[in-house]
Amino acid sequence: MRILIVEDDQEAATWLARALKEAGHVSEIASNGEEGLHHASTARFDVMIVDRMLPRLDGLAMLKSLRADGNDTPALILSALGQVDDRVEGLRSGGDDYLAKPYAVSELLARIEVLARRRRPDDSETRIVVGDLELDRLSHTVKRAGKNIPLQPREYRLLEYLMRNAGKVVTRTMLLEEVWDYHFDPQTNVIDVHVSRLRGKIDKDFDHQMLQTVRGAGYILRAAQDG
Amino acid sequence: MQRLRTILAITAVRLSIAYSLIFGLVAVIIVMYLTGSTVNIIRRQIQDSINTEVADLATVYERGGINGLMRTLERNAASPGANIYVVADPAGTIIAANILEIESGILNHEGWAGHPFGYTRHQDNGARTWQAMARVVELPNGMRLLVGRDLGDPERFRQVVGRALFLALAAMLALGVATWLVVGRRALKRLDLVSKSTARILAGDHSERLPLSGGGDEFDRLSARLNGMLDRINLLDDGLKQVSDNIAHDLKTPLTRLRNKADAALGEASNVDEMRNALGEIIADTDQIIKTFNALLMISRVESGSAVTGLSPIDITSVVKDVAELYLPVAEDDGFETRVDVEDGLLVTGSRELLAQALSNLVENAIKYGRDPSRKPLLAISARKKANQISICITDNGPGIAEADRERVTERFTRLEKSRTLPGNGLGLSLVRAVAVLHQGSLELSDAKPGLAACIHLPAEGSIA
Repeated sequence: MRILIVEDDQEAATWLARALKEAGHVSEIASNGEEGLHHASTARFDVMIVDRMLPRLDGLAMLKSLRADGNDTPALILSALGQVDDRVEGLRSGGDDYLAKPYAVSELLARIEVLARRRRPDDSETRIVVGDLELDRLSHTVKRAGKNIPLQPREYRLLEYLMRNAGKVVTRTMLLEEVWDYHFDPQTNVIDVHVSRLRGKIDKDFDHQMLQTVRGAGYILRAAQDG
Repeated sequence: MQRLRTILAITAVRLSIAYSLIFGLVAVIIVMYLTGSTVNIIRRQIQDSINTEVADLATVYERGGINGLMRTLERNAASPGANIYVVADPAGTIIAANILEIESGILNHEGWAGHPFGYTRHQDNGARTWQAMARVVELPNGMRLLVGRDLGDPERFRQVVGRALFLALAAMLALGVATWLVVGRRALKRLDLVSKSTARILAGDHSERLPLSGGGDEFDRLSARLNGMLDRINLLDDGLKQVSDNIAHDLKTPLTRLRNKADAALGEASNVDEMRNALGEIIADTDQIIKTFNALLMISRVESGSAVTGLSPIDITSVVKDVAELYLPVAEDDGFETRVDVEDGLLVTGSRELLAQALSNLVENAIKYGRDPSRKPLLAISARKKANQISICITDNGPGIAEADRERVTERFTRLEKSRTLPGNGLGLSLVRAVAVLHQGSLELSDAKPGLAACIHLPAEGSIA
C-alpha cells in the first residue's frame, strides 16, 4: 500500500516508515500540515497516518480541509491525547481511526490494513463468505460447511467483524473498540475469553481452525491453512 | 472625600439615594395637591357663607332700607371674627366700613372679585396688607355693598402644611443619610474583610476562606460561592501536586528498573536469544508503565472534570448489562458463580465510557482479588434504584477489605499487602472514585459478609416509562 505519513518528529517518522516498509508498504513523509495537505491532494494514497499536533497546520485542520475538498483517503490519527473526548473530536474532524501514542507497531499495522479495506464498498453486502464459513446479515445466521451455528448477539458481531477483515490481523483493542465500543484498556484477558468461546463454536468439529491467535498481536480469521 | 466617593460607588447607596429622591418628589406632589384642594374647599365654604349673608342683608335692606342695613352691618361688624363690610357710594368712595382701606377698583365691579385682594385694617393703621375675598352688590339706590372675608385662615393652613412638608423632607433626608452611612459603612467593612482575605490567599495561604457573617445576605452568598470555588481550586491543585508526586515516586521506580534491565541485557546477554528475551521483558515493562501513565492522566482528567465535555442522559441498565456480558465469561472461566440482577430502565446523567470503565475496574478487582480458597467464588452484579439514587454494586465473597483500609485503597497507588503479588497498578479504585464523584455520586466499599461489596451510588435521572 502507498501510505502518507504526516509527522513532524523526524525520528518517529523515519522509524514509522521503516516499520511500514518491513510490512511491505511504501510510504512518503510530510513533516508539517501544509506539506501533508499538498501531498495528499496531489498524489493518491491508500491510507494516511496523521499526527494530531503538527506545525503550521495541525492534523485535524488538515483533515477537515481535505474532507471538505472531497478527499476520502482513510486517515489514522496519531495522538498523545488518548481520552474519549479527544478521540471523538479526532473522528469528527474526518479521521477514520484514532490511535494514542505510544502504540505498538502491530496495533498500527493491523489498523491501517483494516482502514485501507474500509474504503471498498462491500460493507453493504448481505452475505459474507470466508472459506466454508457463511454469515447472513439479513437473517443474522451463521453456517459453517452448511451447518447452522447458533451465536449470541455479541458473538455474532465479533464474528462479523472478523469475517469482514478476514485474512488480516485484528488486535484486542480493535475488537474492544469495534464490537463493544469501549476505548479503555482492560487489565484482564476479556477479549481472549470471548474469542475462545467463539472459536469453540465455529471451529469445533472441524480440522481447519479458522480463528487463529497471532502471538503478540491479536487474531486472524483465515479461510484455509495457508491463507 | 475618597471615602464618600467609595460609599457613593456602592449600588445599595446609589439605589437608596434614588429611592429617597423619588419618594420625596411624590410626597411633595401629594402634599401640594392636598393643600390645593383643601384651600379650594375652604374658599368655597367662604363663598357660601358670604352668599348666605348677602341674601340675609338683602332681606334686611328690603324691610328696613339703608338705615336698617347699616344697623345690621354695625351689629355684625361688632361680633368677633367678623366679615369685612364696606358700603360705598356709586362712585366707589367708601362711606362706611370696618376696615381702613381696600385695593382700588374692587368696588367698581359687581359680583365676586376675581382674585384675593389686599386691604388694610384699622388696628394696625394700614401698616400691613391683608388678603380677602369679597362679593360686591349694588343696592337699589346705586350704593355698593361689599361683603368679604379675610383669607388669613387658608393662608395659615398653607403655611402649616408647608412647614410640615419641609420637616418631613428634612427628616427623610436625615434618615436616608443615616441609612446610607450604616449600609455603606457595613458594605465597605465587608468588602474590606473580603479583600483582606483575598490578599492573604494570594499571598499563598490557601486554607484562608472569605468570612461569612451568618446572616445569609448577598455578601454571604457571594462569599460562600467564592469559598466553594476556592475549595475546588484547592482540590484540583492538590490533585495536580499528587500527580506530580506520583510521577516522581511511582513512575521513576519502574523506569529505573527498566533502565537497569536494559543495562544488564547490554552487559550480560551473551547470545541473541537472551537479548531477545530481555527486550521482550523491557517492552512488557514499558507497556505497563504506559498503562500506569495513561491511568494517572485519566484519573486527573476525570477529577478535574475535563475528561468529558458534556454529560448526557444514559441508560445505565444497558451499561451495567454490557459490562456484565463482557466479563461474565471471564469470571465463569475462572470458576466464579455469577449473578446479575439489574433493574430495567435506569437513567443517569453521565458518560457511558467512563461509567463502563469504572464498572470494569470493579468487576476486574472482584475477579482478581475476590477469591477465598475456602469457598466457591461468587461474583454478583446488581443495579437498583432506591428513592432518587441508583446503586450499582459489584459483590464478591472473597477476603474483603478490612474497614481500616477501605478509605486508603481508593487513594492512588495503594496496594494492599496481600494483593502485591497480583498484577495491577493500584489506580483502579482511584479512577472508580473519581468517576463516581464526577457524576455527583460516590463509591462505597462495604463488608458483604463475607466478601467485598463495591457500590457506585449515582443520582437518578428518572426512569424510562
